[in-house]
Amino acid sequence: MSENKNDQLPLWEVFIQKSNGAPIKHAGSIHASDKEMALQNARDIYTRRNEGRLLWLVPSNAIVATVIEDEADFFDPADDKPYRHPSFYEVPEGVTNI
Amino acid sequence: METVENTSAELLAFEARLAKDEVIEPKDWMPADYAKTLLRQISQHAHSEVIGMQPEGNWVLRAPTYRAKKILLAKIQDEGGHGLYLYSAAETLGMDRAQMIEQLHQGKAKYSSIFNYPALNWADIGAIGWLVDGAAIVNQVSLQRTSFGPYARAMVRICMEESFHQRQGYEIMVRMMRGNAEQRQMAQDAMNRWWWPALMMFGPHDKDSAHTQQSMKWKIKRQSNDVLRQRFIDKTIPQAHFIGLNVPDPDLKYDEENKSYQIGEINWAEFQQVICGNGFCNHARLSHHKKVHREGEWVRQAAAAFSVKQKQKQQDLATAMA
Ligand SMILES: [Fe+2]
Ligand SMILES: [Fe+2]
Repeated sequence: MSENKNDQLPLWEVFIQKSNGAPIKHAGSIHASDKEMALQNARDIYTRRNEGRLLWLVPSNAIVATVIEDEADFFDPADDKPYRHPSFYEVPEGVTNI
Repeated sequence: METVENTSAELLAFEARLAKDEVIEPKDWMPADYAKTLLRQISQHAHSEVIGMQPEGNWVLRAPTYRAKKILLAKIQDEGGHGLYLYSAAETLGMDRAQMIEQLHQGKAKYSSIFNYPALNWADIGAIGWLVDGAAIVNQVSLQRTSFGPYARAMVRICMEESFHQRQGYEIMVRMMRGNAEQRQMAQDAMNRWWWPALMMFGPHDKDSAHTQQSMKWKIKRQSNDVLRQRFIDKTIPQAHFIGLNVPDPDLKYDEENKSYQIGEINWAEFQQVICGNGFCNHARLSHHKKVHREGEWVRQAAAAFSVKQKQKQQDLATAMA
């Protein structure tokens, strides 16, 4: 929650779960002064048509993220491990259900 | 957001990403002018949504039925929400909302000229939903593929919500055209006043549009003003004819071969006048926004004071338990 000299309220990120068992996905952001207002604002702005059954609100400045410029370096540990995918393995012709 | 220019390797990488139709996110490197163009366009779009609540707000207390009133309120509330999605998208480029509102109040930021026209009778509410939202939808559907992620995602959400806006407007027009002679006259009058301003919403012709080329290159804009305008014309004219409304254009021609309508000259002098602040309602729209913003100040202050108090309470509790 970045404090501001003017009257702008802190920023929160809104995450919505659409239905039971579904992943909780980022929907956008809102401004609010406290947790309760954050939940109510998110409801009024992002779920006016029953878009969700569960909301998560996270102060924006609590989010840690990677940057696209580091994409190659950061994710390269996975680059040389094709054996983590089933397509890496040879299965003799005629074998099924594996 | 990186704002250092002339870093050609970064610029090349940026352009290569655009060429692959990649979506640019706020923390990615981008040319300063790309960010500036986006900020101008998204904040203008946000202001338009919010100012656009005024012509319709004018009719909430005079809606003819309870059903009509509920629908109108829901639509206006959506427009407020659209403004908020868009302010959030613009904020990811580093300007806060208070600054954007200040720019609006100082006349440094614009909003769509269409909202400087008055909503004179109930049929105007029909014409606004059908024509103004209809034109906005054509533009916004195209912007769902804009290259800046937060803007594109806001557009997807907005387009989902917009579809009822146009239908409710058309429904009002249908009902009035099925009414008595006076009601049909009101509907035609609204059509006559809103048709041309709706066409102007797409902006100047491509050959006269200063920003279009660069915006297309950066994939901020995906289709040109004239292409989008023509799409709207071809979609909308059959809807008008279906309910017996005349299109107020003596030069209108139908091109059988291309299955497309050719419109007469647009009055760009009027467009310029309204942009320059000489429309019917420019002053009223802005002064109303300022007034409401001022009147809401105590609410913002109260919310801020409440959160300080809550934090203090939590601290006191923590100290007491320590
Ligand atoms: Fe809207
Ligand atoms: Fe709308």
